[in-house]
Amino acid sequence: MNEEFKQSILDALANPNLSGALGRFSEAYRVSRAKAYEGIDFEALRTEIADIKSLAASQLDKLAEKFTHAAEARGTKVFRTSDPEAVKDYILHLALERNVKSIVKSKSMASEEIHLNEHLERAGLEVNETDLGEWIIQLAGQRPSHMVMPAIHLTKEEVADVFSQQVEAGQAADIPKLVKFARGKLRPKFLKADMGISGANIAVAETGSIVIITNEGNARLVTTLPRIHIAIVGLEKLIDHFADITPILTALPRSATAQLLTSYVSIISGPVPNTDGTPKELHIILMDNRRNEMARDPRFKQALQCVRCASCLNVCPVFRLVGGHVFGKVYTGGIGTILTAWFDALKESDEIQSLCIQCGNCKEVCPGKIDIPELILELRRRLAVQQGQPIMQKAIFSVVNNRRLFHTMMRAASIAQKPFARQGLIRHLPMFLGNMTEFRSLPAIAEVPFRDRIKKIKQPKCAEKAAFYSGCLVDFAYPEMGESVVRILNKAGIEAVFPEGQTCCGAPARYSGAYEVAAQNGADNIRALLSEDVKYVVSACPTCTVALKQDFIATFVSVGRIGDLPAARQLAGKTVDFSTLASQLVEQGRLKFKKGTDATKFTYHDSCHLKRTLRAEKAPRKLMQQAGYELVEMQESDMCCGMGGSYTLKLPELSAPILERKLVNIEKTGAPLLLIDCPGCVMQIRGGIDKRGSNIKVEHTATRLEECLE
Amino acid sequence: MIESFRMRAESVSAQVERVATTELAMELVALLLQQEGVEDKPHCYAVWAASAMIGEAERQKMERIVPGLRFDVTRELAADAKVGISQMDWALANTGTLVQSADAVDKRLVSTLPLLHIALVSTAALLPDLTSVLRRVDPRTSAYLSFITGPSRTADIERVLTIGVHGPERLIIVLVDDLEVAA
Repeated sequence: MNEEFKQSILDALANPNLSGALGRFSEAYRVSRAKAYEGIDFEALRTEIADIKSLAASQLDKLAEKFTHAAEARGTKVFRTSDPEAVKDYILHLALERNVKSIVKSKSMASEEIHLNEHLERAGLEVNETDLGEWIIQLAGQRPSHMVMPAIHLTKEEVADVFSQQVEAGQAADIPKLVKFARGKLRPKFLKADMGISGANIAVAETGSIVIITNEGNARLVTTLPRIHIAIVGLEKLIDHFADITPILTALPRSATAQLLTSYVSIISGPVPNTDGTPKELHIILMDNRRNEMARDPRFKQALQCVRCASCLNVCPVFRLVGGHVFGKVYTGGIGTILTAWFDALKESDEIQSLCIQCGNCKEVCPGKIDIPELILELRRRLAVQQGQPIMQKAIFSVVNNRRLFHTMMRAASIAQKPFARQGLIRHLPMFLGNMTEFRSLPAIAEVPFRDRIKKIKQPKCAEKAAFYSGCLVDFAYPEMGESVVRILNKAGIEAVFPEGQTCCGAPARYSGAYEVAAQNGADNIRALLSEDVKYVVSACPTCTVALKQDFIATFVSVGRIGDLPAARQLAGKTVDFSTLASQLVEQGRLKFKKGTDATKFTYHDSCHLKRTLRAEKAPRKLMQQAGYELVEMQESDMCCGMGGSYTLKLPELSAPILERKLVNIEKTGAPLLLIDCPGCVMQIRGGIDKRGSNIKVEHTATRLEECLE
Repeated sequence: MIESFRMRAESVSAQVERVATTELAMELVALLLQQEGVEDKPHCYAVWAASAMIGEAERQKMERIVPGLRFDVTRELAADAKVGISQMDWALANTGTLVQSADAVDKRLVSTLPLLHIALVSTAALLPDLTSVLRRVDPRTSAYLSFITGPSRTADIERVLTIGVHGPERLIIVLVDDLEVAA
């Protein structure tokens, strides 16, 4: 990671306005968004939107043709181009030809994308943004940090300074006064402008209509007062039918700002009279700029389902810490990373894609049903293919895949750490490794790995067998979790076997874009795990479970190992996470709870993969409640803990503050016990709790459950 | 539907009134304009966009009652006016939205430029939602459809909601029971 990029992260983190304002907003957003969607079947709605937009994306040219035909029939001039330069030239030529002196703009990300303002200003035209946020950043000479709230990174004091320096001295940091000031200063600009430039939120092919939504009312003025109106429309805004406006307009304001509808929506389907009675000159520019190319890419076509609501930014644990400017480009956040890779260049996304911790929050809320985390992984994969893997990374994978060697090395390191290890935790590491233990302690490496410890467990002979898949952390750091799982299975009359050939689940490789390595991990594990005749393959790690259940298949598809798919599917069918299996066994009466255990209150942290991929978040809660424990939910229980596998090593600067929030939410519950289903989250959170000197116990559900069973 | 509309519109800071007849609506508007200090002098005008509900006779009567109320809406007058008045075509119960086929520019001028917008709409023109209004409008004949939900607002500075940016900072909606549905 280059130093400049790291520095931009550190600068953002050091900016209290940013983390304060964004943090408060993102917490409030979750609540208000949920309220705005009350009474609406979000899954059904977004499926409808995804279908509409996906169909549109597969026929962009046809829809552009249809749009052009319909709009021109009513007197609109339509200009279609794939070239951003041609868009700028078209507007400039028109402005010069029509003797335009001054232009007012309402918000248009497409115009930001092509840096239109600079182009027009260089030719001596006066260009004024009129959306308040856009105007502020135009005056400040900055870029928007958020698609919907471009100036969210600035405080009222900073806005007052910008106004005082750029417009009129003496502005106070009083929000209503600043807003009034903007109204007063921009009003004459609206009235004198010869040309209005807008974007569009939707473009309807069959009627040649554009839909523009705003809250401030500036788009109504931009499209009403100047004699010329130009709308710049990215091709992804096209939909076929007028009636298809409804689902998009139902979701967009709810997802963007948690409003049922924005204050203003204008649907423009042709030129209307100007205030002097002449007909408005209406131009619509349909801009491609690689959107067609995107539509032809089977993986990235779905990114055209984006409605630009920015909800992926609002729920992102990383965005809320660093804001948009770290992304360095016009489009920010999750979808912004993807759009930057396309609209600028793949290599432009090299640094920013690493910001994604793969928690999956954005995928849950996307009204266009875009699998943003998966597309970011695909960027990573393509970058790895294009640029090759770093040598260090290759070396790491070769060690990780050799289990014995991996353990020996970890163990050697662990012994070297002996002076630093107390009560099974490492609190400090010497020198350059120090930052790994800066914000949380690390577990000491087990003397004997789980793969050897399981041999010592006296298991009853059972008719039913399950293969236990340990994953690295259970094998090397937390063998006791594996032992609990084995003993619980035994209680239910299931014998646990440990296929020796099992290796790394491939998640570290896959999440680094090294898909070939991940595919080989998949193939090796499938061979090992299917070699035994077992009913279940069970894992106490949700990330490993997801690898076995879903990722092997996806990775094989990505790298074209089609021949490996049947076996991968067979394994997927047998694989189950620990808590889901345990709750099935309870339901079948094969596991029984002890009476009169000393149950306490507990709080539960949802691991990203358990909640959002496996959707198994209810099972562990229910198990512990059945055991007599009282659940106290924490705020944002399903927000990522900041571990993210190797993320915590690559970006400890971000991992630490994400963990910090989690720890605060845990402590606020007052519960003495935190249960988690993921050894990775246990490592992160237990380490953080230890560093804070807190007494809260952090355990895997399996170890606590074992105590509660007969 | 009426209660739902009122609740939704009020929740986005609009004021909702309901009257039985057009005559009462005229009286209410006159009263509101007087309260707002509408007068026949600069910065104190009210502008009323032409619509079916107001014929030549009503026009003259209203002009007599409220000096400073103008029906000859121009860009300059609307920009200078305190209050804009217009008749909307539909209202949507589930979002508190007003909908207007606004090809005529005066309809947009009176609802964008002044600080107060008084919107009159037939009670019978209440529709449940977006779907029902999009079925009724025809973009081939209505080239500029306006949807208005509450007054102009922004949260662009520190996410603090502030009412009244470029458009009106107040919206008064008058539901009129005996008014015919315009479209």
